[in-house]
Amino acid sequence: MPQIFGPAVNTIATVSLFAGAVVPFALLLTGSALTSSPYNTKVTVPLDQPAPFSHRHHAVELGIDCRFCHVSVEESAQAGVPSTDVCMTCHSQIWTNSPNLEAVRKSLETATPIEWNKVNAVPDFVYFNHSIHVARGISCNNCHGAVNDMHITWKGNAFRMAWCLTCHENPQNYMYADPGSNLSPREQVFALYKKLAAGDKLTQVERQLADGLEQVMPADKVHEGYKLMNERGVNVSQLKDCYVCHH
Amino acid sequence: MAMTPRALAPLALAFGLLATGCHQDMWQQPKVKSQSRNEFFVDRMGSRMPVPGTVAYGQPRTDAEFYTGYGKDGKLVREFPVPVTAELIKRGQERYGIFCSHCHGAAGDGQGMIAKRGFTLARPVGNYHSERLRAMPVGHFFDVVTNGYGTMYPFKARIKPYDRWAIAAYIKVLQESQRTPIADLPAEERAKLDAMPYDPSQDAPPEPVAAPPARTVAPAPAAAAGGAQ
Repeated sequence: MPQIFGPAVNTIATVSLFAGAVVPFALLLTGSALTSSPYNTKVTVPLDQPAPFSHRHHAVELGIDCRFCHVSVEESAQAGVPSTDVCMTCHSQIWTNSPNLEAVRKSLETATPIEWNKVNAVPDFVYFNHSIHVARGISCNNCHGAVNDMHITWKGNAFRMAWCLTCHENPQNYMYADPGSNLSPREQVFALYKKLAAGDKLTQVERQLADGLEQVMPADKVHEGYKLMNERGVNVSQLKDCYVCHH
Repeated sequence: MAMTPRALAPLALAFGLLATGCHQDMWQQPKVKSQSRNEFFVDRMGSRMPVPGTVAYGQPRTDAEFYTGYGKDGKLVREFPVPVTAELIKRGQERYGIFCSHCHGAAGDGQGMIAKRGFTLARPVGNYHSERLRAMPVGHFFDVVTNGYGTMYPFKARIKPYDRWAIAAYIKVLQESQRTPIADLPAEERAKLDAMPYDPSQDAPPEPVAAPPARTVAPAPAAAAGGAQ
């Protein structure tokens, strides 16, 4: 009776043993790399919009306050996407023939809202509230990235729960007060963009935020973060309760 | 050996069980979030306007002076319907910076960034230091913020009534700031002013502010030279 397995099968056996050990890991790693890459998360990928609105131009080059358009950011869960009227406050008189504003003019003419493509979203079981974060002095850039640099808006961070928890577990690293000013935490959030617009000197933390980097308190200053937490009534024992975000 | 359908069945079952975990109904719940699209309505707008004539519970808005800036006699109010405090003025300063300064300028002279970029072509942006506006009752400023004026859009959807009064109060402060003679300053404030570093660029003579010209098809040459970029 001839041999069923020739000598070549030894190689196949070794390779399949090796592959059996490596391939599952490789698959997992590839999958994980793919899901956390901009290809899936869309982080840093500018999203096409009906009108090419530039945050950099309006907020920094022109110095328009965030709240001129995002009127409800200080007192409501939503920052609010501005209505066509808000665009037309200026653009009924300025750049009235620009093709970039065609969608805005059409919206006004037909009384139909512009359907912007949503850049930042959380699942429906997450209840994020802008106002409380602004009231505690958390910068827009902390979550949204360097909005001041965005010509076409992109997502600054993939809003994963583990990412939320980096701050909800250690808020002292994200508390910040400019030593040179006595602004309230809320006012300080918007002072950054005023400084950028005016070309004023930024503090180190402000520079980090303006560059879209994570705002982390230097290790030797963490005690200040704890102090600010107390002053601002940030209750860390509550921040990790499920119902805080899922209610 | 090829797998028989019988051998495949447990695999298919296991995969099917796994896949049942993949539904999205928690991520996309059948509810309306603010400003989202809703196919239930013909215009597909999830956020609805209140039915005309309805009054929100607990918000009857009976205080006409506070909500309209007009008194019972149908005239603009001359007195603030809210207590004028330092807090109100500070709030007004902040709101003015957010909503008004871009056109009307930080000093209220109508020379804001938007005015300089061409908003004045049809008609100059309001200058609070004109005789006409200095004489206006406070109700006028509340009314203009609420309902707009000329090419200025209404801001009632963006600024709450209390904040509109705060802005009106701050406009009054701006008006005072530009017509108070330096000799009237208390010694303490005068000293602060003298201590400020001298910046020659700030010393340029103010641009003359013309009265609103009659609407013309083409902008007056003087306005074009002064305002348009």
